[in-house]
Amino acid sequence: MNDILVHWGLSLAIFLPIAGAALLLLIPKENELFIKQVALATTIVTAAVGVWLLVKFDYKHTGRLQFPVNKSWIEIINSRYHIGIDGLSLPLLALSMFICILCVIYSWDHFPEPHNPKAFLALILLLETGMNGTFIAQDLILFFVFFELVLLPMYFMIGVWGGVNRQYASIKFFLFTLFGSALMILGFLALYFRAGHTFDIPTLIDNASRMLPHNSEVWIFAALFMGFAIKVPMFPFHTWLPDAHTEAPTVGSVILAAILLKLGTYGFVRIALPILPDAAHTWAPWIGLLAVIGIIYGALGCLAQRDLKRLIAFSSVAHMGFVMLGIATLTSFGINAAIFGMVAHGLITGMLFFTAGSIGERYGTREMSRLGGLLIQAPKLGWILGFCCMASLGLPGLAGFWGEFPAILSAFNPANGLSVTTFRVYMVVASIGTVLAAGYLLWMFQRVAFGEPKEEFAHEHIHDVHGPEWLAWTPMLVLILVLGVFPGLMFKITDGAVSNIAHALAVVGR
Amino acid sequence: MLDHAWIIPLIPVVSFFLILFFGKRFPSKGASIGCVALGICFALSLVLGAQWIGRDKTIEPLHHATAQQVRAAESGRASSAQGGEAGGEKVEMKRAPVVHETTWFQTGGIKIKAGVLIDGLSVALLVVVSTISLLVHIFSTEYLRDDRRKTHYFAALSLFTSGMFILVTSSNTLQMIFGWELMGLCSFMLIGHWWEDKNNSNAALKAFFTTRTGDIGLLVGISMLFGLAHNTFDIGRINSLAMSGRLDQGLLTVAAAALLLAVIGKSAQFPLHTWLPDAMAGPTPVSALIHAATMVVAGVFLISRLYGVFWQGFHIGTANGFTPVAIVGGVTIIIAAALAFVQSDIKKVLAYSTVSQLGYMVMALGVGGWTAAVFHLFTHAFFKACLFLGAGSVAHSGSHHSFDMKEDMGGLKKHMPITYATFVIASLALAGIIPFAGFWSKDEILVSAHANGYNTFLWVGLVGALMTAAYMTRCIYLTFHGEARGAAAHHHPHESPLPITGPLVFLAVLSVVAGFVQAPMLHIEAFANIVEPAYVSSVVNHSGFNGGLALAGLIAAFAGIGIAGGYYFRNLGPRGLTSRNGAARAGYTFLVNKYYLDDIYTDGVVGSIKGPIARAAYWINQNVIDGVLNGAAALAIMLGRFTYDIVDQRIVDGAVNGLGLSAEAGGGALRTVQTGKVQQYAAILFGALIVFAVALWRFAK
Amino acid sequence: MVLNWFLFLAAVLFCTGVYGVLARKNGVLVLMSVELILNAVNLNLVAFGAFNQTVTGQIFALFVIAIAAAEVGVGLAIVLLIYRNRQSVDLTGIDALKG
Repeated sequence: MNDILVHWGLSLAIFLPIAGAALLLLIPKENELFIKQVALATTIVTAAVGVWLLVKFDYKHTGRLQFPVNKSWIEIINSRYHIGIDGLSLPLLALSMFICILCVIYSWDHFPEPHNPKAFLALILLLETGMNGTFIAQDLILFFVFFELVLLPMYFMIGVWGGVNRQYASIKFFLFTLFGSALMILGFLALYFRAGHTFDIPTLIDNASRMLPHNSEVWIFAALFMGFAIKVPMFPFHTWLPDAHTEAPTVGSVILAAILLKLGTYGFVRIALPILPDAAHTWAPWIGLLAVIGIIYGALGCLAQRDLKRLIAFSSVAHMGFVMLGIATLTSFGINAAIFGMVAHGLITGMLFFTAGSIGERYGTREMSRLGGLLIQAPKLGWILGFCCMASLGLPGLAGFWGEFPAILSAFNPANGLSVTTFRVYMVVASIGTVLAAGYLLWMFQRVAFGEPKEEFAHEHIHDVHGPEWLAWTPMLVLILVLGVFPGLMFKITDGAVSNIAHALAVVGR
Repeated sequence: MLDHAWIIPLIPVVSFFLILFFGKRFPSKGASIGCVALGICFALSLVLGAQWIGRDKTIEPLHHATAQQVRAAESGRASSAQGGEAGGEKVEMKRAPVVHETTWFQTGGIKIKAGVLIDGLSVALLVVVSTISLLVHIFSTEYLRDDRRKTHYFAALSLFTSGMFILVTSSNTLQMIFGWELMGLCSFMLIGHWWEDKNNSNAALKAFFTTRTGDIGLLVGISMLFGLAHNTFDIGRINSLAMSGRLDQGLLTVAAAALLLAVIGKSAQFPLHTWLPDAMAGPTPVSALIHAATMVVAGVFLISRLYGVFWQGFHIGTANGFTPVAIVGGVTIIIAAALAFVQSDIKKVLAYSTVSQLGYMVMALGVGGWTAAVFHLFTHAFFKACLFLGAGSVAHSGSHHSFDMKEDMGGLKKHMPITYATFVIASLALAGIIPFAGFWSKDEILVSAHANGYNTFLWVGLVGALMTAAYMTRCIYLTFHGEARGAAAHHHPHESPLPITGPLVFLAVLSVVAGFVQAPMLHIEAFANIVEPAYVSSVVNHSGFNGGLALAGLIAAFAGIGIAGGYYFRNLGPRGLTSRNGAARAGYTFLVNKYYLDDIYTDGVVGSIKGPIARAAYWINQNVIDGVLNGAAALAIMLGRFTYDIVDQRIVDGAVNGLGLSAEAGGGALRTVQTGKVQQYAAILFGALIVFAVALWRFAK
Repeated sequence: MVLNWFLFLAAVLFCTGVYGVLARKNGVLVLMSVELILNAVNLNLVAFGAFNQTVTGQIFALFVIAIAAAEVGVGLAIVLLIYRNRQSVDLTGIDALKG
């Protein structure tokens, strides 16, 4: 049993969900309960594999690729089925599995119109395959396939179950990300042809900086940057995000915010930085610049919003700015913070979207000026929203803090070879961003939760948090708190893997 | 207890969760849990204090004593216990701080520690905070007996107390951020406790934003110190490195300035003091706890804790009469005291008084009077808490939940004798009348300013003392004397019950006696002796008693009482000045509008960020960035149309069609050759044959 | 032996045949002209064979004669059928393959 899992565990993590999706398609549409049960069972079994991986993972050598499988795949271009996880992928993989279960649970009686649980759940499972696969892949082509695989289900999710403006949003999302992907695959091909005819990521890490002249590195990095930055999304490539979030159904927003955005930042940490450390130094100040612009700009964008979900969507731009700032410092401190920030943002913003979705569903509107007095009508929902706001604005003791503060901290002393002054300016600007974050979040909280309910809803009965919501949310809330108090749980996993990257970067920086 | 001090911050945290999850099941709605928890904390703090006092003195307050030396000294405590006098020169020995740390987490190869640092400063703060917090808890059981969210209230109170405990006991700056922000959160919850009213939630938001604005400085400053001190958050190490002068002076100054910004935000110093008076929207016990005794002194604590950074960063020891810290404090004293004169809300008078007194502490730190500042923090906590709780008592039983002195109070003296007596005692302490607590600490501040060559700030302190005495006299008159007005006249004022008067009396007693722990006049320097850590006493000097300054302070205070007393009690001086004199009216309006700072912040800064700037950013987003995008999309569509219409339909398709057409035409032309007549075919055949033959003949050669 | 004379004769025969094929309208005569052409070729083959002292030419000529016999057979059958259909053997009217 153990042996089987050692060799097949990761493949199971990738392909169980898609098998589940296939199974769903065989069940007649009328048999709704069974469909839900199968979907839930699939995610749970997948997560069980994930738990097993977590248990078996060797935490002493987080920098090493574990559970590796390396089989031939597409011989002709020397692309291999090479998978494995290290400390970078493990938290994100776990997050992805975790969020997917909660999404299925939340969906239990929250299916958006048009009512079609079968298709909806199948898409969630398909998404899970794509996301898990991206975090596990160690081959650029394999990575690319999974990276693109998530596009389609999300496109349909927004396009079919979205709001009024769903057509525009879904197409924008699709085209935007596809545009980035096109450049990214160009970058991959350039790596293939210029650095030893291989798509294998570990091999490329060894080869690339040795075989590529600085100029080509810079150009290839630029191509990869476009692919990843659009996914993150970084200013000024972020405009697909608010639209997609606003229009997407709740679960779609949650998955989008919690995991899909991480594919971009993960790509930076997994592929762009270690393979092209030299170019990373060239680009880092610019990435940092875009990151801090994103922090301030996203916050300002939030302040101008009237729609609850759109506000949260804009806050993602700001938060991912912190993550990218951490990455741009090219220090292991900063990159650790970035990964922590990814997971924290996944949990917190995911939760915010859950609550925003539930509020919108109960009131029939997400217009903040029409809401108010949530704490009176649904106190538990209100306090959960408040908790998430506090977590999101980076309150120490909750997970969000460990994504923000260390990123700011690391900007004081960026990696060798980067301009200290530039990054110290970024540090100050990013700190200002934390105030703005407090501004828009609390301002939102005040308008939604404080005060008396507005006239139009004053006599309506608003349900407080109910069963499936508790089930889906409690784990996330607990995790936000636990990670906030014991950040070591995460840093322990990531630190080894990150120090490998930082080492590669430091060698160049000298 | 010294080695297990971590229990103290933990108790309120546990109590917070207990109250939150199980509080509703108790008859007291969780209040009893909070009271018991704080009672334990109080007892433990006293034990801790006693043990600290009983601790052997082991280390000399050396210049540049590093943390390693401190720890080494601690381990070799027994051996070095002897030797108070060395080489004929008097060397004052200090108690070594007790530091217990454990690795919290590791990132980037750097071990981040969490731990508890117990020294005189933290012990003093623990005692103060647990005392006040316990009394406030008891007071609240009566004051908020029937509140609709009593459970939440007590939970937040517990969490808040733990935040303050965490701050004062933390051994590193990172942990300090935790306590600092935890208090910010709780003050948000407590100020906005009655959030149904928009004013209250506005006040809560304002408090949070303003302190958060200061926190920019905290994050930047602590980040800088982390980098400067070679990747450590350790307070002892940061202080000793800063004192050693081996750090980059420019960056150290910037870091100190950044931290000063944090102090300005948290300790409500000019110009970010505006949140504190608004924060009076919270329940009164909260004001006593948060806005008098604990949270707002966090900034003062920050400076005193990281005094090495400020000392070196701002050259406090060698500056010529001015340091940024002292200027901030000094300006705050005067402008806040001036505002206290025009308030009609009793709590706002006390709020501005708090701002002003915090100014004293900050100024004292700025002029090198570390001990004076911490001592003032210590005494001020008692008498200011007493005043706030007294105001709460008045509102609770005397004026029917109104805080308006001019409309709803007056003549309460006879109805509320205990409240009156305690209020007067605390006011005298605040005004700095001998022998009340405030006299000793204020005197200490004046002496420090004088002795260290900050004479400007000596005068500021004296003027502040005069103003303080005057506005407190006005406050007492309006509240307790004269005609009963409004609610005080109609709602049968009576004395408050024991849970309210008990704490008042206790605090009043403390307001009298607390000053005697540091009374140079009587040759008592216990406070300095117990509280002052080695890194501070190595640099600051103690000038002892100065009779002239003590007299000057008293004269100022009595002058203030005299002027205000004459004006209000004896009805002396000009009346209706503001209606007759334009300049007086302008000044009054200026004060009533709080120097228009609130307008600048609310409308100018926040309004513009929230309004035009945010909208502009969003407009850019929607129109420029998205416009570029949509433009690109439109362009792509246009290009697509063009491609389809012109390129595809005309050129490509045209080429294909043209090929067909030309084939057809060619075929048409050729079909004429195809006559179907065999003989013509044959003729062509032969013709061709001949051509080939000739060609063969010509070219084969 | 003088080869030229044979070649002359063959050329004359060939030209006569060509003229017949191209100019005559009667199908039978065209067939006969074709025979003339073939025989001109035969004459050449035999002449060259004799000139080169080999039998190859004669063997080729024999093949040609055999084929020509078959050809005349088929050709006459076609002409006969044309006549049957049209009551004429005039080739000018037959242009069913016209494009």
